[in-house]
Amino acid sequence: MRLGALAGLATIIITAVPAQALDVPPLTGRVVDLAGAMPDDRKAALSQRLANFEATDSTQVVVLTIPSLEGEPIESYSMRVAEAWKIGHQGSDNGVILLLAMQEREIRIEVGYGLEGRLPDITAGKIIRNDIVPRFKEGDYAGGIEQGVDGIVASVKGEYKGTGQPTGSLSNESPGAGLFIFAAFTLIFAAVGAAFKRILGGGIAAVAWLIGGFIFLGAASWLLILLLCPVLFGAGMLSPEILRAAASGSRVSSGRSYRSSGGFSSGGGFSSGGGGFSGGGGRFGGGGASGKW
Amino acid sequence: MQKSYFALGCGFVVIVGLLIGLIIAGSVWSARGNLVEKQQAVKSAWGQVENVYQRRMDLIPNLVEVVKRYAAHESTVFTQVAEARAGAGRIQISPEALGNPELLAQYQKAQGELSSALTRLLAVSESYPELKANENFRDLQVQLEGTENRIAVERMRYNEVVQAYNTYRNKSMFAMLAGAIFGYDREKAYFKADEGAQKAPDVGKIFDD
Repeated sequence: MRLGALAGLATIIITAVPAQALDVPPLTGRVVDLAGAMPDDRKAALSQRLANFEATDSTQVVVLTIPSLEGEPIESYSMRVAEAWKIGHQGSDNGVILLLAMQEREIRIEVGYGLEGRLPDITAGKIIRNDIVPRFKEGDYAGGIEQGVDGIVASVKGEYKGTGQPTGSLSNESPGAGLFIFAAFTLIFAAVGAAFKRILGGGIAAVAWLIGGFIFLGAASWLLILLLCPVLFGAGMLSPEILRAAASGSRVSSGRSYRSSGGFSSGGGFSSGGGGFSGGGGRFGGGGASGKW
Repeated sequence: MQKSYFALGCGFVVIVGLLIGLIIAGSVWSARGNLVEKQQAVKSAWGQVENVYQRRMDLIPNLVEVVKRYAAHESTVFTQVAEARAGAGRIQISPEALGNPELLAQYQKAQGELSSALTRLLAVSESYPELKANENFRDLQVQLEGTENRIAVERMRYNEVVQAYNTYRNKSMFAMLAGAIFGYDREKAYFKADEGAQKAPDVGKIFDD
């Protein structure tokens, strides 16, 4: 039937991941200026200001400029960046991304879940309308960005003070089931072994134990793998979470510590200095505002 | 001797049977745990979807009020919005009913009608420069835009966790077994792409100069 076919088609459209032309760039610092909108010295000063702001307020603010959106709506690109960079700290979700697309002349302020109260859409819209757009219209991009960051910082100030470093959480799955099965096996073998010993005498019972032991070991290791698989993959083994857990407490030192393969670290260790920088696991829900100049 | 070999054989059959039974039971139990987790993810994602739709509902009275102040005689649009809002408010889906695609389709249709009514409401502002310039209206319009964006985000996330659930539920043998035994939905319903609209109405663009 037509309706069914239509529904099927809709499902396919929804389930299929659209080919995205534009990649999310690596998070190389607090100001990722791919469009070259700011001179280097002002960029460095702004980065330093944002680093200081994070040190005092724990809020992470990041600026990204790109040459073009390549046809993608700015809201959807911005969300992809937010999900990849995970700006803001886990739990408090206090991250803000200021995004500029030069060719489309579009601006977006993407606000993390935790700041939607302090930096509501209305305020984000006002910052764009009143602080950024007028300067951009005059061609003063660096000034507009600085003014926009000022507005963001001013409205965010005071919220989420000193929450400290995020703590990594490993998988929630408990090893309870595995332990239970292990205990059950042990009990059964003890019982069966005792029964055999009584019926057959020591010699054959020993053989039975040996064979039973092999079966048991095989089954146990198989089970172990079976049980561990979801645990390992669920926790995202070799993901930043594990690395973070392993390195919790240790700060990322001055060296550039971005991982090149598969992008960039989004785990925990954030440094306060001018060295490595990464998001802290903040989540975004599409809050913020967009505008044009 | 004969008798003891027989006993030994029986013993092994019993052991192996027990082992296999235990392994299956353990796997099914572990699959059930994963189903619980994935179902929980679907439910909480649904909660978020409901939140953002509710957020939009809450914005509407203020928006209508502002528009009315400047365009009082556009009564058709106001009626449409009121009816669509009431219609959308009538359909609620409990997290337990998410396995029902028809219910979700109804929900989506009602919310979609509200979306188009709101688009018409905002289009009205085009003919009223004073309304368009009103700061309060601009703020409400930014909020509505933000809410539409949140709706898109939460719907997408909902669909993602539904996909994770559906795939798991129908992929693994043990999950199918656990699902059948413990009564987990075969599939959770997806949001479908909105008919006639590739993306949510971009209310912000109305104000572009």
